[in-house]
Amino acid sequence: MCLAVPMKVEQVEGSPDDFTSEQLATVNMDGISRKVRLDVVDRWPEVGDYVIVHAGFAIHSLVEEEAKRNIELIRELASHMPEEMLQGGDGS
Amino acid sequence: MKHVDEYRDRALIEPLAAELQRAVSKPVRLMEICGTHTMAIFRSGIRSILPAGMEIVSGPGCPVCVTSAAHMDAFISLADAPGVRLAIFGDLFRVPGSNGSLAHASSRGAKVEIVYSSMDALDIASRHPDDLVIFLGVGFETTTPGIAATILAAQRQKIDNFCVFSTHKVIPEALDVLLQDPELQINALLCPGHVSAIIGAAAYQPFVDRYHLACVVAGFEPADLLNGLIRLARQIGEDRPTVDNIYPRVVSWEGNHRALAMVDEVFEATDTQWRGLGVIPGSGLKIRERYRDFDAEQRLAIVVTDVPEPKGCLCGQILKGQTIPPRCPLFGSRCTPASPVGPCMVSSEGTCAAYYKYGETG
Repeated sequence: MCLAVPMKVEQVEGSPDDFTSEQLATVNMDGISRKVRLDVVDRWPEVGDYVIVHAGFAIHSLVEEEAKRNIELIRELASHMPEEMLQGGDGS
Repeated sequence: MKHVDEYRDRALIEPLAAELQRAVSKPVRLMEICGTHTMAIFRSGIRSILPAGMEIVSGPGCPVCVTSAAHMDAFISLADAPGVRLAIFGDLFRVPGSNGSLAHASSRGAKVEIVYSSMDALDIASRHPDDLVIFLGVGFETTTPGIAATILAAQRQKIDNFCVFSTHKVIPEALDVLLQDPELQINALLCPGHVSAIIGAAAYQPFVDRYHLACVVAGFEPADLLNGLIRLARQIGEDRPTVDNIYPRVVSWEGNHRALAMVDEVFEATDTQWRGLGVIPGSGLKIRERYRDFDAEQRLAIVVTDVPEPKGCLCGQILKGQTIPPRCPLFGSRCTPASPVGPCMVSSEGTCAAYYKYGETG
């Protein structure tokens, strides 16, 4: 089962090219911290970035801005709808 | 993270849902091939607002479900072998084989441990030096990089009582076989979110070229899903199939090179059997010769023998999108989540489990 929610990186151990040491990140989701492996992550994350995690391995890292750009794309799709429909209610 | 809530925001969902009704101008029969999409679509309630002319079928997107009955039997007989301790993902535990499940084996004393990550199996191996710990490798492209990393870690840490029984599979080869089936009749594909994070959106271009298939790579939130359906309907309406990646926050065109390189280091393509689809050339991954010490099939000379599917079970047809669970004579009567006959009712992302959980009776 894919866990779709990105987790925030709090700490990074190891380095991307050194496979002899542990490659780990401490991540946080909804206040719960856990360690995930960084062996197969596409881009080495910095503290404050987010990672998508599958079965204990981070498979992708993203920065907040990328997430924002994506929602903007969807907003554009819906943008021919009346403005008040899009901006009504703050569900976040 | 704020943006996750934004993808569930009613102020965005409502106009998208309204747009979906307008977007369908020609019949859209789309397949999703990701167990997480199966569940997300049910959970979001999108099925209840699908416009006339749009149909969603589930394909072979649940790894446990496509694991053949023959492999299940091989897993269960391994559990009973002396000196063996199995490490598995939880979904596999209750899948019936010809004669009971891993859960049954466990209840008669077999050592079967459910792990969250394949790396946990290495800890188990360290704690039980007298057992051979075998990780049952079931999964698609999203899972395999982690398994490859685990094998490399085992080698580095010189853990020699650990190996993997690989029945890993890759999606594009299976999709190709499905699309050649004249009975299937799909014209659109909701491409799997996290498989695509590994293999890249480019992997679907051949299906556009070869089968004129509309393809959208989408995430799992309601706004992602609605956006995906709208884009597929538009592609079909305009008769301009393409690969549209609307999940760029996670999926790139070229995929995750680091993960792909690690998989390629440890695994090579092989023919493998899928439940319902039969043997598909090049659709499986076996452990390369140079890592043979970590290959359970080599170490224990495992022979996988063909066995028939459970009698009356339509999992095979359901996995091909040829029928839906309520049309199976066993669904909801002989076969329920509490007492499953086929894997599609066991797995948390199986199509039958989804229909049952969300009360869809057809």
